[in-house]
Amino acid sequence: MTTRMIGEPIPRREDPRLVTGQGRYLDDLGAGALQVAFVRSPHAHARIVDIDVTDALDVDGLVAIYTYEDLAAADEAGSSHLSEPLPLLIPHPDLTHPRTAYPLARDEVNHVGEPVVMVVATDRYVAEDVCDRIRVNYEVLPAVVGLDAAIEATHLVHPDIPGNIGAHMVQERGDARAAIAAAPHRLELDLEIERSASMPMEGRGVYARWDADDRTLRVYTSTQAATSVRAAIAAKLAVPIDRVEVIAPDVGGGFGVKVVHPWPEEVLIPWAAMRLGREVKWTEDRREHFISSAHERGQKQKVRVGFDDDGRLLGMEFQVWHDHGAYTPYGLIVPIITTTQVLGPYKPGAYRGEFWSLYTNTVIVTPYRGAGRPQGCFAMERTMDAIADYLGLDRTVVRERNFIQPEEMPYDHGLVFQDGRGLVYDSGNYPALLDKLKALVGWDSFAEYAEQARAEGRRVGIGLACYVEGTGVGPYEGAHVRVETTGEVVVATGLTTQGQGHQTMLAQIVADELGVPVERVTVTTGDTRRFKYAVGTFASRTAVMSGNAAALAARKVRAKALRIASEALEVDPSDLEIVDGVVRVRGVPSSPGAKTEIPLSTVAVLSNPLRYAFDAEAARATQFAVGGSSEEPPVAEDDEPGLEAVDYYSPPRSTFAAGMHAAIVETDPETAEIKVLRYCVVHDCGNLINPRIVEGQIHGGVAQGVGGALYERMVYDSAGQLLNASFMDFLMPYASEVPTVETDHLQTPSPLNPLGVKGAGEAGVIPAAAVFASAISDAEGFAITRMPISPSELFELRERFAAGEIPPLRSRSGHISGEGRFVRAKEDSR
Amino acid sequence: MHLNCVVNGEPRQVDNVWPGESLLYTLRERMGLPGSKNACEQGECGSCTVYLDEVPVCACLVPAGQAQGRRVRTVEGLAEATQLDPVQRAFLEAGAVQCGFCTPGLIITVHDLLRRNPRPTDEDIREALAGNLCRCTGYEKILDAVRLAAAESEVR
Repeated sequence: MTTRMIGEPIPRREDPRLVTGQGRYLDDLGAGALQVAFVRSPHAHARIVDIDVTDALDVDGLVAIYTYEDLAAADEAGSSHLSEPLPLLIPHPDLTHPRTAYPLARDEVNHVGEPVVMVVATDRYVAEDVCDRIRVNYEVLPAVVGLDAAIEATHLVHPDIPGNIGAHMVQERGDARAAIAAAPHRLELDLEIERSASMPMEGRGVYARWDADDRTLRVYTSTQAATSVRAAIAAKLAVPIDRVEVIAPDVGGGFGVKVVHPWPEEVLIPWAAMRLGREVKWTEDRREHFISSAHERGQKQKVRVGFDDDGRLLGMEFQVWHDHGAYTPYGLIVPIITTTQVLGPYKPGAYRGEFWSLYTNTVIVTPYRGAGRPQGCFAMERTMDAIADYLGLDRTVVRERNFIQPEEMPYDHGLVFQDGRGLVYDSGNYPALLDKLKALVGWDSFAEYAEQARAEGRRVGIGLACYVEGTGVGPYEGAHVRVETTGEVVVATGLTTQGQGHQTMLAQIVADELGVPVERVTVTTGDTRRFKYAVGTFASRTAVMSGNAAALAARKVRAKALRIASEALEVDPSDLEIVDGVVRVRGVPSSPGAKTEIPLSTVAVLSNPLRYAFDAEAARATQFAVGGSSEEPPVAEDDEPGLEAVDYYSPPRSTFAAGMHAAIVETDPETAEIKVLRYCVVHDCGNLINPRIVEGQIHGGVAQGVGGALYERMVYDSAGQLLNASFMDFLMPYASEVPTVETDHLQTPSPLNPLGVKGAGEAGVIPAAAVFASAISDAEGFAITRMPISPSELFELRERFAAGEIPPLRSRSGHISGEGRFVRAKEDSR
Repeated sequence: MHLNCVVNGEPRQVDNVWPGESLLYTLRERMGLPGSKNACEQGECGSCTVYLDEVPVCACLVPAGQAQGRRVRTVEGLAEATQLDPVQRAFLEAGAVQCGFCTPGLIITVHDLLRRNPRPTDEDIREALAGNLCRCTGYEKILDAVRLAAAESEVR
């Protein structure tokens, strides 16, 4: 019997290349290609007065300089569309004032880092020297930086967009305000989360070749959405899409930032390659990535809740001010997710979610792993803690009382999710998850430990947070599976991979479905030459979408293999099984060469009536007679040559994974240093395909969560300069900062898809800020309402707490009656 | 200028090296060795870590000219023929790789750690890795890989 591969923590098939330096990422390709550098705006908001290239023209090695005027001239001369703004990818009726950038700035720049001039030269050193000699004269305009300035709207980012408001959206179920007003208890919270960013180790990059003889454009790009980049390039450059190939080579991490498309560079580099008839490449450097790609997370929030004596929510109003930066190419996805996924595993009673998505003169904001969920989770979990504190209840008890119960599944929140479909949870068991978490972290014995620690003069605290994550967002993915005449199985899916081990995970699925050893399955992702219809890698969707598509395609191949084999062996297909790549009669011991079995390789030969005897397989196939009588066509009307199939998976709606995290922290009584003593994760993503890969996803997510909670922020000054645009100043966690993660799994299969799987990619990061806020609050005795938090910020909060400016947690002060009010962010402003 | 050095055991000569050029650029762009990665060009991330005379350096911070007459060893030169180095094998077995972009630098760093300290404590490991950024793995399985490689070399 072939070992079942689904569920096995097998080593990744990608890794032998990657550990030996044989990975081929974007910048490893195109040796000898011309190189591009950009002159980018040094100002957050300015009018371009003129661009003077005179001093740059005599630099040795310069090939071309392009500005917006060149794009306009090219559009006029041909049929390209580069002088128009880049596309708005995801329009929404409530996005009343969308705005996207031009590929190269036209007249005005709206954030530091916006591309203004493109320089092509023989190498990057020369290209950058040329950039230094180009003089752009700017008339500097007032910059709108930060949410307060955006809301105040003394100055506007775009003069024709009043109040800097791109969108205002309300979703409501029941009358939340009335429910809150009528509730026995009410609380109000003001919360804030700062910006962070995906920050993959490999930045973006594009490399293009134009084959003038073949009229074919090949573009390699470090993207999460190869097929969409292809469509965008075809449209923008007016090349028939059939002549455009887009390939995502090895991609060095994405985490969301590479799903935006087309980035300006993704149309400009191929355009230059066609224009110059030369290979052209651009590789983003780290500073460019900080100031020219995308950030996320920045929000201010207000929560109003009404609840009963037991802590059950009766009504909740959630208002969000979301900073979306200078442009809105990715629409409203992030704030929609925040204001829907805020609900987590809870029944909120009546709910009103409202957001304002606001322009600022800063880098655009598009999804970063978690995509609005960490902010929503932060709001709800701070609220749960506040209710517990207000009523003097254990924090886990309040959560339990508000959980959606397993028997209430599927649970319809009556709201619309990011995919435009209903926010309906398909399955989950939240009480069981919480039990597991409490056992794992030792929740019930913590008080004793804390008491001991206090006696030793140490401050420790425990915190937890729960989340539900919509994963496997549609509309579809597809897969192609083919058995070659060698017996090798090749699989292609159109979405891309950035290090998640998709090639291994998909190979495991196909190996099981087909009954072949996993070593014989090779998977290609993100290559439009191999698969042309795809959506992309985001929203923890690959295992759900491409996983199920691959399973369905493999089942078709299996059915065809059994049909052909049954003719060859003269056995009913239902009596056949495929084991270790051999179709054989069930229950008959293996006997190579016997008429009771036939290798898949031979079946593949038989599937094609054209059988030149190129190899031993073809020769062997001659012993089998398949096909109908000589009166029928060699390929039957409803048949095709080849042992292959394509299939698609398209779910009715998203599937909802869930998890709960707890942390124990110690805060230094003097320095306010925050040390993570333990970090525990319980997680339910349905059936596990490769537990080791899932664990790796969780660990990586937690590390990003730790970064976002304790270290990472984008520090803009009031002029819109990003002051920490380097790894020296933007503090990403090293091995010295990330705690050991203790994990436990629950597997509640999704009823929505054949494999019963849910997504796992973003889980680790979602609750981290909420967990740390909970634990630090517990250690300190006052509520933390703003993340991330540094030791110096905690130190300042302590001083203000000591001065009576910040109220103690009520459960600590023993004062738990009357109308409560959590610490307000306004009072908490630094 | 001409640059003569020994790279992964082979004598190499490169012409027209610009004095401001980094060793990383020379390796990647002139010697056909793109295994070492460029992720920050500031010596903060460690993705470009290579041995220079058996001392690990950030190749992005070393001017190519500094390698004159010296020995350079990159991730491409660690495996012997088809035999992976124990550190590479441990990364594979522990599941310590995700996107793989930081991996070449980490492998050199770990290789160096285990040469200096064959039986590192967890604290030693975290300290040794604190110059290499990884955005994917959360380091957990990289620590596993180091422990595994250390245990295996002890057996040998």
